[in-house]
Amino acid sequence: MEYANLRRQAASLKRSLFDQGYLDEQFCQVEDLQDEASPNFAEEVVSLFFKDSARLVSNIEQAMEKYPGDFNRWDAHMQQLKGSCFSIGASKMNNECTLFRNSCGEENAEGCRRSFQKVKREHAILRQKLESYFQLLRQAGPARTATRSGGK
Amino acid sequence: MTVEKRVSGAGGGGGGDQFPVGMRVLAVDDDPTCLKVLENLLRRCQYHVTTTGQAATALKMLRENKDQFDLVISDVHMPDMDGFKLLELVGLEMDLPVIMLSANGETQTVMKGITHGACDYLLKPVRLEQLKTIWQHVIRRNTKPRGSDNDDAGQKAQNGEGENGGANRNKRQSRRDRDENGDDGDDSDDNSNENGDSSSQKKPRVVWSVELHRKFVAAVNQLGIDKAVPKKILDLMNVENITRENVASHLQKYRLYLKRMSMDASRQANLVAALGGRNPAYSNMNSLDVFRHYNNAYGRYRPVPTSTHSQSNNFLARMNTPSAYGMHGLLSSQPLQLSHAQNTMGTSLNDLGVNNGNLIRAPHMSTMVTGTSGNSFANISNGVSLAPANRSVQPLESSNRQHLGRINSSSTDSFSSFAGESPHFPDLGRSSNTWQSAVPSNIQELGQNGSMSQATLQVNGHRMEPVSSFTTSSNQITSLGNEMQSQAASLASSTLPMVFNQDAAPFTFTSSTNSREALNSNLAFSNSGINNSLPNLRIDSSAVPRQALDGGNAGGGASLQDGRIDQHTTGNQLNYTNDLMGTSRLQRGLSGSLDDIVVDMFRPDNDNGGLFIDGDWQLV
Repeated sequence: MEYANLRRQAASLKRSLFDQGYLDEQFCQVEDLQDEASPNFAEEVVSLFFKDSARLVSNIEQAMEKYPGDFNRWDAHMQQLKGSCFSIGASKMNNECTLFRNSCGEENAEGCRRSFQKVKREHAILRQKLESYFQLLRQAGPARTATRSGGK
Repeated sequence: MTVEKRVSGAGGGGGGDQFPVGMRVLAVDDDPTCLKVLENLLRRCQYHVTTTGQAATALKMLRENKDQFDLVISDVHMPDMDGFKLLELVGLEMDLPVIMLSANGETQTVMKGITHGACDYLLKPVRLEQLKTIWQHVIRRNTKPRGSDNDDAGQKAQNGEGENGGANRNKRQSRRDRDENGDDGDDSDDNSNENGDSSSQKKPRVVWSVELHRKFVAAVNQLGIDKAVPKKILDLMNVENITRENVASHLQKYRLYLKRMSMDASRQANLVAALGGRNPAYSNMNSLDVFRHYNNAYGRYRPVPTSTHSQSNNFLARMNTPSAYGMHGLLSSQPLQLSHAQNTMGTSLNDLGVNNGNLIRAPHMSTMVTGTSGNSFANISNGVSLAPANRSVQPLESSNRQHLGRINSSSTDSFSSFAGESPHFPDLGRSSNTWQSAVPSNIQELGQNGSMSQATLQVNGHRMEPVSSFTTSSNQITSLGNEMQSQAASLASSTLPMVFNQDAAPFTFTSSTNSREALNSNLAFSNSGINNSLPNLRIDSSAVPRQALDGGNAGGGASLQDGRIDQHTTGNQLNYTNDLMGTSRLQRGLSGSLDDIVVDMFRPDNDNGGLFIDGDWQLV
C-alpha cells in the first residue's frame, strides 16, 4: 500500500515533469534501458549526468570569466553540456542551452550571461525534481517498471 | 559484469546467424552521461560494448588488436582528439566502420563526417532503433569490397530511409551525400563495366576515375612499384568490372607517366625557369592567388569520396584526387616563381606542367615538401612547402603551400591542363575567374610547352576547382577519365598545346572531352604519382589519409624526391625511378622522415626495368 502510494506519487511527479517540459522522450528511453541487469540504470545515468553537468557548468562559468569575448569557447563548452542534456532528455535545460548558443552565435555577451543564468537555474530545478523522483522510487521499492508505465 | 558476459556470450562476435548479436562495438565519447546511455543502448541491442571516454585510449585499444572490434562509434566533439581525426585514423589503419555521433546535425558537420569516411552519422540523442541497424555497416564492409564504396553509399542511402529516429534530418543529409557519392560511384562503375567486360574482349576504355585510380595507386604502392603486377594490383584494388588487362594498360601508362615526369622534371625546370620570367602574372597568381582561389573553390567542393584529409580537408580533399595532379603542376610552377633555388622542385613541377605525366611529378615535389604533415594531400600542398625543411624548397613552401593546395587540385587539373585540359578544370570546378583569364593566356603559352607548368598553375587554379569537383562528381571524372584516357595517351604524346588551346577557350568542363580525358588520365597518373608522394608526406603524420596516399603516392613519392633534389634536375629522373621504387619504400617508411625517404629515393636506382614488372618502362 505504502509502496503503491509512493509509486503513484513518483508516477505523477514524473508525469508533471513531462508535462512541464522538463523531460522528454529521451528520458523514457533511458528508463527503458533499465532492466534486471541494470536495475538502477536510470538513476545512475541521471546522477552521472548531474555530476558531469555540474562540472560542465562550472567550466562554462570559468570560461566566461577568464575569456570574456571568446564566444567560440563558450559555445564549445555549451555544446558539450547540450549533448549531455540530450542524452537524458533534459528538455528545458536543453532549450536554455540552445538559447545560450544562439547568443554566442550573435556574440551577444549579455544575452549569453542571461541565458547562462537560466541554464543554471534549470539545471538546479531539474536536479531537485529528479532527486525527489528517484527518492520516491527508491522508497517505493523495486517494482519500478510499474510506476513507469503508470507515469507515462 | 554479468551483462557483459551475457551479451558477449550470446553473440560470439558477429558470426553467421548470431550476427548482429554480439557484434563488438567500441564506443568513444567524452561525455560520460552520453557514453553510459549509449553503452546501455548498445547492450540492449545485444552488442558487445566497450567504452572509453578518450579517443587516445580508443586508438590504443584498436591498435592493440585490430580484430577486437567490429564497429566503432565515436563522438565528434572530444577534448583530446577531434572525432574526425579519429575517424580517419581508424579508417586508415584498421579499416573498421566508424559511426559518428553528435548533437550537432548541421549539414557541414555531417558532410565532414562523410568525407572523412564515416559509415554513418547519428544525431544525439540516439535512439535504440537507430542502433539496432548499425550492424549493417559491418556487414556491408565485409561483404562489399572496397571498390564498391559508391555502392555502399547508395545502399546506405537506402538504409537511411529505413532508419527511424530523431536523426531523420541527419540521415537525409547523409543519404543525400551518399546518393551523390553513390551516383558518382555508380557512374564510374558503370563506365568501368561498360568498358571492361572481359579480358578477352577488346575492352573499351575503362574509366579510370579518381577513386579508381587512387585505389590503383594505393595498390601499386602497397605492392611496390617493382612488384606491382597487374594481377596483384587487381586483387588489391578489389574493384569489380576491371580486368587485368585494364589494370595492365593503366599500369603501363602510369609507369610511363612517372618516367615522363622524371624526365620532364629536369626539362621542365628549364622551361619553367624560362616561363617564369614570361608569365609573371601567372607566377604571382599561381602561388598565392591560385591557392586562394582554389581554396575557395575547393572549400566548396570537398571531395565527396572519403578523402581522409585529416587536416586541410579542403586541400586534402582536393589534393587527394586532383591535388596530386594539381600539386605537381602547381609545384612546378610555383617553385619557379617562388624560388628559383628550388629549381628542382620547379623542374619537377614544370615537368609536371609540361608533361601530363609530369604533373604527377610535381605533386611529388610538393609532397616532399609537405611530407611533414600526415595529411598527405594537405601536406602536399602544404607539404610542398613544409616538407623539406631541409630542402631549399622551404621558401617555396610557403608559396608552394598555397600552390600545393592548388596544385593538388591543379595536378589533377594539371593533367588535364597539360593535355590542354586546363580548361577542363575550370569547367569542372568553379575555377575562379581570375584563373580563367589567367589560364587562357597561360594555356596558350603552355601549349608551347614551356609554359605548361605555368599554365598548369593557372590551370591548376582552375583545376583545383575542377579537381574538387572531381572528387565530388566522379561522374564527371569518369567521363573525363574516358576521354582523358584516350586523350591522355594523345596528350602524353605532346598534344598538349592543342589541348590547352581547346581547353583554354572553354573553361567549361563539359566543353572539352579531351580535357576531361586528359584530366582523368592525368588524375590517374597524378594520383598514382601523388600517392607516391603522398605517402611520403603522410609519413609524418600518423593520420596519413589513405586517399592521399593512393592518389599522390605514385606521383607524390617521386615528387618528394624531386623536391628534395634541389640539387639536381637529373635527380628528378632518378627520383622517379627512385620514387617508383621509393614509393614502396616510402610506404614502408612512412613512419620515417622524409629525409629517409628522400634518401631512398635518391638512391640511384637506374634499374627502372626492375621497377615495372610489366616491363613497359622504357628508360628515357
